[in-house]
Amino acid sequence: MALPQAKTDALEARIAGLSLPAAGWSVPARKEALARLSGMGMPAKRDEYWRYTDPSSLTAVSPKAAAPLEAADEAPAFDGIDRLTLVFVDGVFDAAASDDPALAGVEISRLAEAGPDIHWARDLYGVLEARGQSPVQRPLSALNTAFASDGILIRATAKAAKPVSLVYVHKSDTSDAILHHCIKVDAGAELTVLESGPAAARFNKVMEVDVAEGGRFHHIRTQGRDHDRRAVTHIFARLAAESLFKSFTLTANGRLTRNEAVLELLGDDAVAHVAGAAVGDGDFLHDDTVFITHQGERCESRQVFKKVLKNGAVGVFQGKILVKPGAQKTDGYQISQSLLLDDDSQFLAKPELEIYADDVQCSHGSTSGAIDETALFYLRSRGVPMREAQALLVLAFLAEAIREIEDEALADDIRSRMEGWLNRHKGA
Amino acid sequence: MLEIKNLHVKLEEEDKVILKGVNLTVEAGKVHAIMGPNGSGKSTLSYVLSGRAGYEVTDGSATLEGAELLEMEPEERAAAGLFLAFQYPVEIPGVGNMTFLRTALNAQRKARGEDELSAGDFLKLVREKAKALKIDADMMKRPVNVGFSGGEKKRNEILQMAMLEPRMCILDETDSGLDVDAMKLVSEGVNALRDAGRGFLVITHYQRLLDHIKPDVVHIMADGRIVKTGGPELALEVEQNGYAGILAEVA
Repeated sequence: MALPQAKTDALEARIAGLSLPAAGWSVPARKEALARLSGMGMPAKRDEYWRYTDPSSLTAVSPKAAAPLEAADEAPAFDGIDRLTLVFVDGVFDAAASDDPALAGVEISRLAEAGPDIHWARDLYGVLEARGQSPVQRPLSALNTAFASDGILIRATAKAAKPVSLVYVHKSDTSDAILHHCIKVDAGAELTVLESGPAAARFNKVMEVDVAEGGRFHHIRTQGRDHDRRAVTHIFARLAAESLFKSFTLTANGRLTRNEAVLELLGDDAVAHVAGAAVGDGDFLHDDTVFITHQGERCESRQVFKKVLKNGAVGVFQGKILVKPGAQKTDGYQISQSLLLDDDSQFLAKPELEIYADDVQCSHGSTSGAIDETALFYLRSRGVPMREAQALLVLAFLAEAIREIEDEALADDIRSRMEGWLNRHKGA
Repeated sequence: MLEIKNLHVKLEEEDKVILKGVNLTVEAGKVHAIMGPNGSGKSTLSYVLSGRAGYEVTDGSATLEGAELLEMEPEERAAAGLFLAFQYPVEIPGVGNMTFLRTALNAQRKARGEDELSAGDFLKLVREKAKALKIDADMMKRPVNVGFSGGEKKRNEILQMAMLEPRMCILDETDSGLDVDAMKLVSEGVNALRDAGRGFLVITHYQRLLDHIKPDVVHIMADGRIVKTGGPELALEVEQNGYAGILAEVA
């Protein structure tokens, strides 16, 4: 089918100012991505997959201006955690602010330094993204593969001595960042990757994660508190037998965020959990789009997404579990819930199950509702003031998502950030 | 302690009058019981006093040690010393019982200008009080009332009462859903709190709770009013003759 002219035009306009690197091992993969992209064009509001989220600000030639937030009232994310920190300012790597990328059990290099040499990431870069283009197209991720300016390539060969923390600093009002990370967790290895910060006025990020047999990967991120930033992020993950993947995202503020997670459970007995807590007040649209494919037997997947919305904030959830023929004993769970703190906010959810195996257990649920008035009165009748009681109930609502973080110190950090946000937004 | 004068209350949403002039005074150190048939307004009285939404006070007043209750927010009433043990204690998934108790206790202390209790002191206190009510550590760790049996929920109410040390306790059908042993345990918890400075208002359908929590005064409520007041013997009369006999007598 011919591509609508508008999509091609939008694509040509979007990539007019972008160029592929001249040399390096990533070039063939980038050219393939560009070819994929040419067949897709830019996404538009009329596309089924973008029905609830208008992508125009993500596909426009230039980003809309977004002022960085001066967050002097809060410690930086993961401040108290022993970690190896790599810093990007408006999408540009800041070597001076970063730690020496030397860590026992881990090899770290940068995409921007991709020479002509053989590199392990050559077999991963753009590979999982390309797999993720079917059955649903994700053009912004192909755009990312083609034109990413930089990214971190992390290979865990054993249990990493500490988490690798990617810190995204936003300084320029008009920054437009495209970063692409590749992560390979070798058989039996274990790695935790932390991400924090808004990154840029507009941010397009892809993270490809390949977890080999028995490997374990943990991902915890906070997307900053900038009010006007826009972001589209994709995580593509491929899981071998008995491997584990767990990802948690906290999103507070941000005019537009589309977080996609495309996970493939290829080997038997693999586990994939993806969770998110999003809180928005006012001009806020948060979209969690998840596609989980079960291919191996006896795999477990969980999607836990919670949103707290007020003053016209909008939450979107599109989550799919696809169980392929032969993926027997699949255990799939999906829950998406929103707490609407007023009548102006809205939550749009599209949960989907597609099952081609006959011995599986899959459940899904989606709810939206207000704060439980009876519980609120009960708390107040015991002397807990109104605002405090509300915050307690909101935190209780988010608890199931935050519980997906295994590490207690990291969970506490996220919880205190959540409490901070609720404190700042406790008025009407 | 608690003084209710000519209290008239209707439902906010519909034109239904529930309380039609309640007059009642509970003195410090005394236990008053209110008995009455279904729909007489007993539970409404407890909700209006504790500040639940949905009711409109059209006339009258209710004061706690001279302070007008009806103008206060529910949390202010609690800080002023009012406590309602709920007929149906509320389940709050995601909020730990211990967190709940500590938040409540410290919020009340703060409202009264007292220092917050340290984590250590709080733990010591809650362990001691929980033990007396046979509430184990597991129950304290679980979310508030979630998965609790009927008896456990009511014991949990009494534990809150023991921790918060209110001046005026209202017990709304605390005996409902309790077996004989649980009723004994709950009653012992209540009796342990009886002292000269504290008032109790015990709402019940049945006389059997009053075997364990001995009242000083018994009121019969019907159709939104207190229709008869007497000593403990009035409860026995209800048990023997039912409400019909008494209502016929006062009509």
